[in-house]
Amino acid sequence: MKQYAYYPGCSLESLATSYNLSTLEVAQTLGVDLKEIKDWNCCGATAYFPVDELLAHTLVARNLALAEKDGLSDFVAPCSACYKNAYFTNAYLKKDPDLAEHINYALEADNLHVNGTMKVRHLIEVFIEDVGLDEIEKKITHPLKGLRVAPYYGCQLLRPRKDQENVENPQFFESLLSALGAEPVDYPSKTRCCGGSLIITNRKAALDMVHILLQDAVNRKADVIATTCPMCNVNLEVYQGQVNREFGTQFAIPVMYFTQLMGVALGIKPEKLGIGKELVSGEPVLAFAY
Amino acid sequence: MSNELSFSNEIANVMYATHGNPIKDCLQCGTCSGTCPAVEFMDHTPRAIIGLINAGYRDEVLASNTFWSCASCYHCTVRCPAGIDIADMMYALKRYSMWKGQHQEGLIGPVFAQSFVKMIVDSGRSFEPLLAPTYIFKHGPRGLVQEAQTATGLMLKGRLPLLPKKIKGLKKFQNMVRRIIPIGEPS
Ligand code: SF4
Ligand code: SF4
Repeated sequence: MKQYAYYPGCSLESLATSYNLSTLEVAQTLGVDLKEIKDWNCCGATAYFPVDELLAHTLVARNLALAEKDGLSDFVAPCSACYKNAYFTNAYLKKDPDLAEHINYALEADNLHVNGTMKVRHLIEVFIEDVGLDEIEKKITHPLKGLRVAPYYGCQLLRPRKDQENVENPQFFESLLSALGAEPVDYPSKTRCCGGSLIITNRKAALDMVHILLQDAVNRKADVIATTCPMCNVNLEVYQGQVNREFGTQFAIPVMYFTQLMGVALGIKPEKLGIGKELVSGEPVLAFAY
Repeated sequence: MSNELSFSNEIANVMYATHGNPIKDCLQCGTCSGTCPAVEFMDHTPRAIIGLINAGYRDEVLASNTFWSCASCYHCTVRCPAGIDIADMMYALKRYSMWKGQHQEGLIGPVFAQSFVKMIVDSGRSFEPLLAPTYIFKHGPRGLVQEAQTATGLMLKGRLPLLPKKIKGLKKFQNMVRRIIPIGEPS
């Protein structure tokens, strides 16, 4: 069976442990064999590029090199920012021999070499493309019937554009939610940035961006927001209280990883999916688990 | 005249994989500004900053908070009719202003970027709580209380580990980094 090089990324070891747990549970249930890359390093999210571009690409390339060394050809990341970094560094390595040479010179100090031959995808793409919606639907034991879910794509999962895909109004997340039996909510800001990368450096702007998103989802009567990225998730969930203080709102909308929703629909016990660790109660989702 | 061209070209040169100068193709249509979710928090809109760059207003550009307010969301990039990777240009402006040591006073962005890199070079991993002191220092007691409330909530839910992880092959990792930027000799 095909093995995937799994790059969890730093957030999945701290703030987003529930994303890691639910990813591994769901992957196992669906027969997706994830092999964690040994001794991977932080890929820098959005924080290296302001400092040194070559360093940024090299740090990403080290993880790609480790995966190549394992003899694997598929690289999968559950974090949208990690995914975007891995995708583009991998693509540039193939296209730009000069960049590849500089990177490989640095990697040599770590006894590594990178070719840029990986197929890099986000976890949600692997589930949809390789397992397939029909196959997923067949395995659903606890359909999320009537649950109104706002699919939040955010930015780095979709952008920059890779090919001719629809970046303005994508539908794949909605299709996945429908396969789980849920009701995808259509709301205008599903691809609008949540300000995750600004939460430390420009808190005011970030809270404003979170506020707009929450308001939008609530206006469309969503029961829960589903995310594909730990940065989005933390931003929308952990800072909900601060948004309420700042704007005098009373938001209490749960924010869940798409893998947690998949897990519940697949009949996996909520504790195994890290449900119960959220600051805003996941009650509406839990109701489907039993 | 030659000065005007050179600032725009200089920024273009700091962008990745650009041939010639894409910034000069700007039509000043304003699509980027209309798209940008952070525009309210910028002293110049993305369209205006590009106008200033192309007109050679170097000091005004570097003194601006525009690129430090950019969330790197690439929404402008996918919509620009002239095909300019504006998000990448914002990154380039951050790099350029840090190299020149010239940026607006009191911004957290440059401090944060430096501490983030230091953290990764030290451990190979990033760890959210280590970043908090930089933030608290800048935001004073009110920020501290809010941050502590958030952190305590997370700690109680078992979402914040007490110690950061380090990668195993740290020495070799640092040797690799050393081939790109100076980080001092191995200890
Ligand atoms: S969208 Fe592109 S062409 Fe239009 S103002 Fe912005 S950078 Fe210039
Ligand atoms: S990448 Fe930056 S400038 Fe462009 S739309 Fe996003 S926040 Fe605005």
